[in-house]
Amino acid sequence: MLSQENAQALTHQVLQRCQPQQAEVLLQAGESALTRFANNAIHQNVAENNTNLTLRLVQDGRVGIASTNRSDDAALDELVRRARQNAQASPPDPNFPGLPEPQTYTPVGSFDPSTAAYSPHQRAEQVALACRLAQEKGMKAFGAYTTSSLALAVANSLGVFAYHARTQADYQTVVSAEDSSGWAQDSAWQVGDLDVEALAREAIERAERGRQPRKIEPGEYSVVLAPYAVDDMLTSMDFYGMGAQSVQEGRSWMNDRLQQQAMSVLVSIWDDAADLKGLPQPFDFEGTPRQRVEIVQRGVVMGPVFDRYSARKQGVNATGHTPPPGLRGMGPLAMNLFMAAGDASVEQMIASTPRGLYITRFWYTRLMHPRDCLMTGMTRDGVLMIEDGEIAYSVKNLRFTQSYVQALAEVEQVGSQTRLLLNDFGAISTRVPAVKIASFHFTGSTV
Amino acid sequence: MKTLMQQAIDTAVQRGASYADMRVVQNRTDAISVKDGAVEALNSGESYGFGVRVLADGAWGFASSRTLSAQDVDQVVAQAVEIARASALASGEKVDLGPPVASQGVYQTPLQIDPFEVSLEDKLALLMAADAEMGGVQGVRARRSNLVFIREQKWFTNSQGAFTEQVIYESGGGIQATAVGEGEVQVRSYPNSFARQQVTGGWEAVLSWDLPGNAQRIASEAVALLTADPCPVGITTTLILGGAQVALQVHESCGHPIELDRVFGSEAAYAGTSFLTTEKLGNFQYGSPVVNLTADSLRPLGLGTFGWDDEGVPAQSTPIVQNGLFMGYLMSRESASKLGKTSNGCMRASGWNRIPIIRMTNVSLEAGEWDFDDLLADTGEGIYMETNRSWSIDDRRYNFQFGTEIAYEIKNGRLGRMLRNPTYTGITPEFWNSCDAVCSQAHWNMWGTPNCGKGQPGQVAHTGHGAAPARFRNVRVGLVR
Repeated sequence: MLSQENAQALTHQVLQRCQPQQAEVLLQAGESALTRFANNAIHQNVAENNTNLTLRLVQDGRVGIASTNRSDDAALDELVRRARQNAQASPPDPNFPGLPEPQTYTPVGSFDPSTAAYSPHQRAEQVALACRLAQEKGMKAFGAYTTSSLALAVANSLGVFAYHARTQADYQTVVSAEDSSGWAQDSAWQVGDLDVEALAREAIERAERGRQPRKIEPGEYSVVLAPYAVDDMLTSMDFYGMGAQSVQEGRSWMNDRLQQQAMSVLVSIWDDAADLKGLPQPFDFEGTPRQRVEIVQRGVVMGPVFDRYSARKQGVNATGHTPPPGLRGMGPLAMNLFMAAGDASVEQMIASTPRGLYITRFWYTRLMHPRDCLMTGMTRDGVLMIEDGEIAYSVKNLRFTQSYVQALAEVEQVGSQTRLLLNDFGAISTRVPAVKIASFHFTGSTV
Repeated sequence: MKTLMQQAIDTAVQRGASYADMRVVQNRTDAISVKDGAVEALNSGESYGFGVRVLADGAWGFASSRTLSAQDVDQVVAQAVEIARASALASGEKVDLGPPVASQGVYQTPLQIDPFEVSLEDKLALLMAADAEMGGVQGVRARRSNLVFIREQKWFTNSQGAFTEQVIYESGGGIQATAVGEGEVQVRSYPNSFARQQVTGGWEAVLSWDLPGNAQRIASEAVALLTADPCPVGITTTLILGGAQVALQVHESCGHPIELDRVFGSEAAYAGTSFLTTEKLGNFQYGSPVVNLTADSLRPLGLGTFGWDDEGVPAQSTPIVQNGLFMGYLMSRESASKLGKTSNGCMRASGWNRIPIIRMTNVSLEAGEWDFDDLLADTGEGIYMETNRSWSIDDRRYNFQFGTEIAYEIKNGRLGRMLRNPTYTGITPEFWNSCDAVCSQAHWNMWGTPNCGKGQPGQVAHTGHGAAPARFRNVRVGLVR
């Protein structure tokens, strides 16, 4: 893992080359390994080691960006040359808020040496165990087990230097039987917090319960959503409207709902990068300290997160939500989302449902209309019919077309347990409970 | 380069690998985006590194690094072999790669104007001109435009004697206007959805799209959509799709289900599986007799056009659906062997730090015989939709629901009133069997999909899809207010 001293030396080398212009260097270094399995066998097993430098150079209000993953002298010279060339070709950017001044960061320890040192043999042994458990049931296990160590540093010519090293681990699996499948996932910054055997058994149990699925008519159903489905709701609402840029452009679900009771009083959502129950990161990708932001409080829409561009436009302070360079065009993003737990167990939610569906997760969800966060998508890996407060039978996958805002307005119960889930992009995590929703709109079913 | 790579392969074999390959990739990507008359980003990125894939103890291992010294290469080779040995703790069937691959040669994307030789000033002037045209339309709330240029040089070698060198150029870009009304947001993009058409080729491709010449029209359509009538809800009608939407329909409902790794379960925990299971090969009526689909990595301009895939297999053309009958898969060496076939060259990695997986090349709907105006006249009544806005399909690629940016009523054999928030839904084989007309070569275009996600760790592939407008009968449309 790139140390703080080496990160400081490398960023310093770049900044020195940029003088007399102002400049900012973002350094992202990481070692990541992933073991992938299918049909009860490992079929892909990979490792990566990389260090990326992204330079933002400012000349007379003109901004040029360049990046490289090489760090020899010639490559750094070339990096600065390209950034300078880009700045000189750009017209002055009237919206550029300038580089951040030196900041104070509250350190948070989220680097776990045992996760960083986790070996391919350790991953393989755990995967082999999960495959054996599936095989014993006549089922097949599929999935991926990832361990990573990551360092993020931001330095600029005004004196900012921020460094944070962290680790993360994620295990996700589908177990399939002849006519059913089950899903389980968990994420953590300490690999020791992942219980692979328990996750394997969770997916196996779902596959067991999912046997002999029946086709049902689409329509309105009460639903009990596992945390995996709730994760999709929060990340979709994040991408399509928790950032100030989307609100300022009038395309967010927050527009016309700010400070209004738009959701159930049981729903509270916030972003907090300092909470060790998430994947902590004390500053954003410009070096602004991450602030806790209340997004929805007891159903009232409180407001979006800000980066420096959107904050300047609105005359407020940035909240530290500039995303990584690859997602910069989306504007600010919440990256460490939490939804408040309630006091119900999943069993209680099911017991209180006369007729409804238990849904494990959503799949391939896409925005159909932004202002209500109207989404379509499929269910996947475990849908169960609830009748008279009990699981009655398994159901074939359904397509829904549903406003996520409206769905959260109809939350009736919230689970007491939460689960940390790392998004596919690796940039966003959520810690979410299960929820029960009074009405959810299904518009189709699959073969 | 060749000597260093050969040493790596020799080291892998000495360490016990029964097969090894290595790719060195150098990628340069220049991107410009303009938002509301200001430069949003002017970015020049470079990435360089190598990946080594080995078979040891009958299992796969892959390791990669950004530093290409002899010492680092040795270390990464050792890591790849160690990982393969760990994989062997839970290995499956014996890997059979089929016949050896020993390709040799050099390939470069044909182009007229190297986009990296065009000045930044000229590129910015093009975007600013388009932005100004959009800005002249009253009611437009946000304007975005972008250009992207990629030059990827890669070297490949393996333990069976292959050595190839390729330089692939891609050029892309587009414009987008957003209009906001009372509780309504509408977006129009050009030439393709999300303001991104992309091809293998040079600056000449970008010029051919005439972004400034289409900007005012796009912006006016976004504003007009705010007050257009909504798409009828829940009706079944005749649907004509524009070429770009047909291309995405092909991508999602044909391109993905013919990936043989999905069929064998490799993506079951992530991207999903496929309804096109192997017993259907040669026996399944995927579409109507007018439906002919081809996977072809030789087609000009396609984002899936190259010299060799990332296993060194030469570019080629494969019939996928002939007169409606399902005839072929996208295959790797290993998956093809399981079917008793040889690879048709579909293994690609998104970079040096990713393992090759089966990806679409250019999966295209072959042109039919219809002129577009004749097709409208023949249709009489129905709906025409174009430019994708949302796309969703189940994990076996059966049930899909798509939305487009714009639609028009077809009335009396002509395009009539504009319709907003159009959507349609269906089941893949039913939908393609309802296709009764495809427009002619004059309306056929090679569309680019530069955002195809698959694999873990995630890989974004660039795929091509040739398509022309096509007609589908008895389609359920209208699922949004």
